[in-house]
Amino acid sequence: MSATTSTSRLSPPAAILRHAVLLATGALILVPFVWMASLSVKPPGEIFRASFSFWPAQFYGVENYTKAMTEVPLPRYMGNGLVVCVLILGVQILVCAPCAYALAKLHFLGRDLLFGLVLVGLLLPHQVLSLPLFILGYQLGILNTYAALVFPYVVSPFGIFLFRQFFKTIPDDVVHAARLDGLSEIAIVWKIMVPMALPAVVAFSIFSVVSHWNDLFWPLIAVRDQSLMPPPLGIMAFKNEEAGNDYGPLMAASTLVVLPLLIAFLAAQKWFVEGLTGGAVK
Amino acid sequence: MASVLIDSIRKNYGTASVLRGVSLSIADGEFLTLLGPSGCGKSTLLRILAGLEAQDAGSLSIGGRAVEGLRPKLRDVAMVFQSYALYPHMTVASNMALPLRMRRLSVFQRLPLLGHLLPATARIAAEIDVEVTRTAKSLGIGHLLARKPGQLSGGQRQRVAVGRAMVRHPAVFLMDEPLSNLDAKLRVQMRAEIKELHQRLGVTFLYVTHDQAEAMTLSDRVAVMLDGELLQVAPPQDIYADPDDRRVAEFIGSPKINMLEGVVRERGLIDVAGATITIEADAPAGAHLTLGIRPEAFHLADHGGQGVLTGSVRMIEHMGSDLFVHLDLAGIDQPLIARLLAERAPHIAPGQTLHVGVRPDRVLLFARDGRRLHRQAESGRASVTPIREGA
Amino acid sequence: MSAPLSLSDTSEEESATRGVRISSAASPARRRALAEALAAWTLAGPAVFFLLVLFFLPVLGVFVIALTDWQFGARSLSFIGLANFRQVFADAVFRASLLNTVVYVLIVVPGTVILALLIALLIESGKSCRSFYRAVHFLPFMATLTAMAIAWEALLHPTIGLVNQALAGLGLPTANWLRDENTALPVLAVIGIWQNLGYAMVLFLAGLKGIPQDLYDAADVDGADLWLDRLRTVTLPMLGPVSMFVVIVVALRAFESFDTVKVLTQGGPGHASEVLLYTLYRESFEYLRTGYGAAVAVVFLAIVVTLTLVQVRFMDRKVHYQ
Repeated sequence: MSATTSTSRLSPPAAILRHAVLLATGALILVPFVWMASLSVKPPGEIFRASFSFWPAQFYGVENYTKAMTEVPLPRYMGNGLVVCVLILGVQILVCAPCAYALAKLHFLGRDLLFGLVLVGLLLPHQVLSLPLFILGYQLGILNTYAALVFPYVVSPFGIFLFRQFFKTIPDDVVHAARLDGLSEIAIVWKIMVPMALPAVVAFSIFSVVSHWNDLFWPLIAVRDQSLMPPPLGIMAFKNEEAGNDYGPLMAASTLVVLPLLIAFLAAQKWFVEGLTGGAVK
Repeated sequence: MASVLIDSIRKNYGTASVLRGVSLSIADGEFLTLLGPSGCGKSTLLRILAGLEAQDAGSLSIGGRAVEGLRPKLRDVAMVFQSYALYPHMTVASNMALPLRMRRLSVFQRLPLLGHLLPATARIAAEIDVEVTRTAKSLGIGHLLARKPGQLSGGQRQRVAVGRAMVRHPAVFLMDEPLSNLDAKLRVQMRAEIKELHQRLGVTFLYVTHDQAEAMTLSDRVAVMLDGELLQVAPPQDIYADPDDRRVAEFIGSPKINMLEGVVRERGLIDVAGATITIEADAPAGAHLTLGIRPEAFHLADHGGQGVLTGSVRMIEHMGSDLFVHLDLAGIDQPLIARLLAERAPHIAPGQTLHVGVRPDRVLLFARDGRRLHRQAESGRASVTPIREGA
Repeated sequence: MSAPLSLSDTSEEESATRGVRISSAASPARRRALAEALAAWTLAGPAVFFLLVLFFLPVLGVFVIALTDWQFGARSLSFIGLANFRQVFADAVFRASLLNTVVYVLIVVPGTVILALLIALLIESGKSCRSFYRAVHFLPFMATLTAMAIAWEALLHPTIGLVNQALAGLGLPTANWLRDENTALPVLAVIGIWQNLGYAMVLFLAGLKGIPQDLYDAADVDGADLWLDRLRTVTLPMLGPVSMFVVIVVALRAFESFDTVKVLTQGGPGHASEVLLYTLYRESFEYLRTGYGAAVAVVFLAIVVTLTLVQVRFMDRKVHYQ
């Protein structure tokens, strides 16, 4: 982009119009967030008053948030989410990176077939698999445990694909040099390839954590116990219990569920955008 | 057709100064090449002339008309880009027709479907078609009109880019490294075609390249550019044989010119690398000078003596008709490179001691600041003065 | 990322992969190839195992179950051929669900793609505040949809919701958006657009960045220097492949929408907002009509795979452009 191209620079009225439109669409996009945050600090009386203001007359945030944290096991939900996301991500990297290395750098009979399997796996929507996976979980007797939340995701075709693409950009000579230095193949994966592919690892981690923190479909099937519920499922249960009468704490809980990813996103915007849209190669 | 006047153009990107007051005048119909290493500002100057970027200071005129602030469309220039910048979704014919459509059809006539309903559209479009076909035929790409750029070879794309520039008969052709994406063989061929094109069209060409061979073969004059400054503007043979500046001498020529440090012993004698050369230098005794000697200025000598350098052979490169002999001279780090005729120097081996003579009239003298010092004998001869800042 | 403890030991692994004894008749080259193949399959082993068990067996399973009358928990089952599929397509609820899904996709895709393109063009047309605008518009895509659906419910609340209050304030008609069979599905689609907009926008922004500046320069010199001419000569044609890609990806995401339906409408009122994935979920896991649910899954899979294959074909087309 040349900043100085006379024709590509906006005239002042056009620049103002650009800001006006984008601020307007941006504001519309933010309405649900703002409304959620606003209700989360209002007392019930104000919420049900038929007039609106974003800032409460009486600040009721402490009460609402305390209620959200104590009346429902929200900290437990968030902890579950964290445990599940970390477990899934850790196992995915452990399983996917060596396979991606084999696909990217080793020559062997069946490589194309294996890569074909990965591509087909990439194409399958996970919800279609839920029924047999549910039955599998039932047979293994692990339904309604953390294992049930984790096991369908231990291998990620997207992870294999992404790592393979990245590993392929690392010159073969790096691998050859490592072998001459006496590293075993598995050591090459963990000591050479994965550290060199850190951007791909970060992108994939964001993709994986965001997808599983936000997932509702599979937890809904896999667990029944409140003590095992990840945040989306927990907050849905909370909503069903309250049946729409206690908006303040419900909004406070929603805010708390959304907040961790939002903060992480604002702190590392570039990485998030890359990680989540890198998934578009799918 | 038009002359081009560039006056004291300056351009900064942030704190980096890309053009430091460049002035240049190009005659109507002249082929002028801007030659310099990458990053010297030559492309920026071209883009400023085209109107794709704006200068921070200085003025421009094309054909006697000041073009500051004019949109590229109104400057009557055409440009061939290094990447060709062909529109990948359009056929060759549409690519070439675009500049004409944009100029001859009104905004309404260009509307997708509606435009066809307007009265003159069909007639103008037909005229454009005829001109595009004629231009394409003259470039030997008449049979490619229905293809898309993706289906063409590098050379064909290059011709289409030239055709798109040619079709509207601009006053000035701007070419930004148009040959650098071609392989070596094709580059030589297209070089000849561009030269022919210039002769046929007779319009002003401003050509940017980092390749000295292109600059030397194509140009009426070459402007050597370094670090945002023009060092010398002169015909190709003068740029080579009669450089004004040490940097020009070092940039032009391959292998590179030999630069030896020397001291004026007395009038007419210079000590260099353990030898003495007879040159009438325009410098007092005791002055330190740099002697620039092109590799081909050496000839084989039987023994040492005045005007003869002696060294031991480090390495020999066989180039067919010539040999490049690398000589280590006492007290000099860089080896001296001498280009000798192979048939005259059959028995040279590494380690051997070799004497090479220099013709004094082939030695270029430079002051410590890089300025060229002319020999007494030629001091009367005028050389082309480089146009410098404020000149 | 730390290595798994047992495998990171260099010398152990060395003997496992390299030191394999292969019949002495084999040439060194052949032995080397075998050792490499063995190493490769060892490394890929866990992934291969889990791919087979967690992806390919289940897919096979879905097809097989779809041919049976099995109900989850039942001790016996029998193969009934394509009866499930006949039943699925004869079922008014499924047909409504399929139709709803198509309508939903037909609202979400154009809405998302057009708005995202406009916003991306606007963001890219200036230099200031680019990443701020990008962040704001991208926010919904990564916010937990279940939680945001609850926020939407509050917004759309018939009496205390901001939407109705604002409409009433402007003197416009209000509605019970999520409980009215005429509005439930379109409202869900609006939420879908809201959620996917930023995603499509980011893809368009990447596409816009990929357009070589040279082409804009050439357009300038050629005289196509008005905003609309530049758009028509360079921007839109160069975005063609990206746009096709965005359409398919957004369509896939729209087909797979579930969270908002589950949280906000449970497919109601009536079956006005029932979509395929919700039908799949309810039949399989609430009604435990396993065979029937599997048949729905097969239909769903067929649609998604078709869309993906269309996308792959278009991605191939992209290569021809350059």
